Amino acid sequence: MESVFHHVTPHIGFIYPNESELPWTQLIVIYPYITGLVAGAFVVSSLHHVFNIKSFAPVSRFALLTALCFMFFAPSPLLFHLGQPTRAFNAVITPHWTSAMAAFGYVAGFYLCLLILETWFAFRADIVAMSKDRPGFMGKIYGWLTLGSDDVTPKALAIDHKIARILSMIGIPAACGLHGYVGFVFGSLKTREWWSSDLMPVIFLLSAVGSGVGLLIVLYVIASKFRKTPIIDETMRGLLYVLFTAITVVMVIEGLELLEIFYKAREGVETVRELIMGPIWAGMSIQWAMSFFVLAVTSTLLLYNVHGEKLVKWLFAAGLAMMVGVLAMRWNVVIGGQELSKTMKGLLTYYPEVWGRESLSVVALISIMPYLTLWLATKLLPPWKDGEEYGFGALGSHKHT
Amino acid sequence: MTKQDKAIKSQEVPMSRRGFLGFLGKGAACTSALACTGAAVGSSLLSEPKRGFQQNEEQLAESINNPPKLEDYNWNDHSWAMGVDTDRCIGCLRCMEACKMENSVQMDAFHHRTWVERYTYLEGSNTAIVDSQADPKNIENAGSETRFRFDNRYKDVKVDKAFFVPKLCNQCEHPSCVQVCPTGATFKAKDGPVLIDTTYCIGCQYCVQACPYGARSFNEVRGVAEKCNWCYHRITKGLNPACVEVCPTGTRIFGDRNDPESPVSLFIKNNHVQVLKPEMGNAPNVFYKGTDKEVV
Repeated sequence: MESVFHHVTPHIGFIYPNESELPWTQLIVIYPYITGLVAGAFVVSSLHHVFNIKSFAPVSRFALLTALCFMFFAPSPLLFHLGQPTRAFNAVITPHWTSAMAAFGYVAGFYLCLLILETWFAFRADIVAMSKDRPGFMGKIYGWLTLGSDDVTPKALAIDHKIARILSMIGIPAACGLHGYVGFVFGSLKTREWWSSDLMPVIFLLSAVGSGVGLLIVLYVIASKFRKTPIIDETMRGLLYVLFTAITVVMVIEGLELLEIFYKAREGVETVRELIMGPIWAGMSIQWAMSFFVLAVTSTLLLYNVHGEKLVKWLFAAGLAMMVGVLAMRWNVVIGGQELSKTMKGLLTYYPEVWGRESLSVVALISIMPYLTLWLATKLLPPWKDGEEYGFGALGSHKHT
Repeated sequence: MTKQDKAIKSQEVPMSRRGFLGFLGKGAACTSALACTGAAVGSSLLSEPKRGFQQNEEQLAESINNPPKLEDYNWNDHSWAMGVDTDRCIGCLRCMEACKMENSVQMDAFHHRTWVERYTYLEGSNTAIVDSQADPKNIENAGSETRFRFDNRYKDVKVDKAFFVPKLCNQCEHPSCVQVCPTGATFKAKDGPVLIDTTYCIGCQYCVQACPYGARSFNEVRGVAEKCNWCYHRITKGLNPACVEVCPTGTRIFGDRNDPESPVSLFIKNNHVQVLKPEMGNAPNVFYKGTDKEVV
């Protein structure tokens, strides 16, 4: 067989001949995943900036930096995927407005600018301070970063705070828009039974928030361990509430989505069943096992009012599970949708390549880059405040109910 | 340059395509094009299958930089359409072969602008078994991806009913591919066909996803989407598309719906025709006679 085929994409049943090669591969799996982490991290940062929920204050600026660093890399999977990456800006210069994809450059560009601006306002006082403290070259760098605005009087800082808050308020609908839009790219395609659903944007958005919160929990715990600083219990409790809410709603909506497919039982529903039992069986198992794990852990933590080291340990595990579960969900949606043939009479099985432009190695590289960038960013703009500025001793109880 | 390109190069007349066609005239051009097709396919059989193109890079550059000017063609005057009489199709696959050669389609089993599906009802079965030339068994039997044959897998079983359905781009009135293209590189021409500006396509493959008929493919070598355009370079010169030209049974009927006496107008007028997947709302311009509930 090898002599007559360049390569074989295994399939069963009947698929259109042109379907043998999947148009969108693992790069398009991590694109919504990374965008989702951005949206989730941003929501956490807004909980402090906009709603003034004090328990999120210790992670608020870190969440903002996380969102920014991940946003830098959100378009990179798309660029690697394009057949003609040098023409990418054609979609921005001459957008074809009936295409959902034409909006990407604008939506992502707007959001990136907003994140940069908000970060600048949130860190301006620190930048000014560091431009005066730091000697030599780094001092110069911070000097440039102030953009000449070195006024740190209480009045100026109040203006900073106000602008950052307004930007954050704009950012919430923007983050929802960005991710709802990604869901629309998939959900609006009538040709793919597995994608074509009105619930798709909602599912994408909610799972995005879940994965972003998971990411923040994981990063906050790791960063605190590295910095040997205490993990603030109020913050972990706050993250727990958000994670619990996200996983509950996500599981219900995803369950409803599956139920609808099988309850409607349109032509080809047997093939959908075969898809779940076949090519994406592993992915579905991971997604749902992780989801149930997160739900069980967060419920138990809430039920028994767990605090302290136990809360940190279990919430860390739940956050990690959430990230893995959502990644599996992205795979199941993006790859699974294409493994189900448009004929509804056949299934493909996709095996990712390890090396090459659209391969697992590139995916790994793109996935690592935001973390590296975030590490560098926290060196440049330390988001943590030392001491007891957060005033949790006086806070006493949670105000975010 | 692949072996196939070399084989084709040896068939070329040292003249531009336009001058060549003008010199020979329509009929002679068709004959020689088909002769080229046969020879090139023949030579490709001798060698390993390659991702080859009839149109090599220089020819592609020439067609982009110096496109033929069709002074006496006005696209507002035409409304092209195609009919497919599935009762006539014998599954010889000459259409696939001609298309691959005429349009420089990649020479493998995963890139097609047209193909033929075989629907077989075994005795007592209510559902059809479907396959196309790209089915691994057919390719194994033929010995090559570029030798277009159906195997004889049903020779020892009782078959209730079987038929072939040629497929190609439906050049829809409401094309999903045009709707989703982020740059407008693919567009609906006034005279019907949906075309691609391959110099503007960014290769995102959203159109490949959006086509309900699987008519689009992605050319990895050139990094752009590909599809059937009813041989736009031929129909604008008054010729038939290559698949229509070679069909030995008259399965494929082509013409201008603005002309009530054209073959396709008469075909639509005189037969009960239907389109594929009408529920998609794409309003295809390929009209089928004699299809079946199982046809997808």
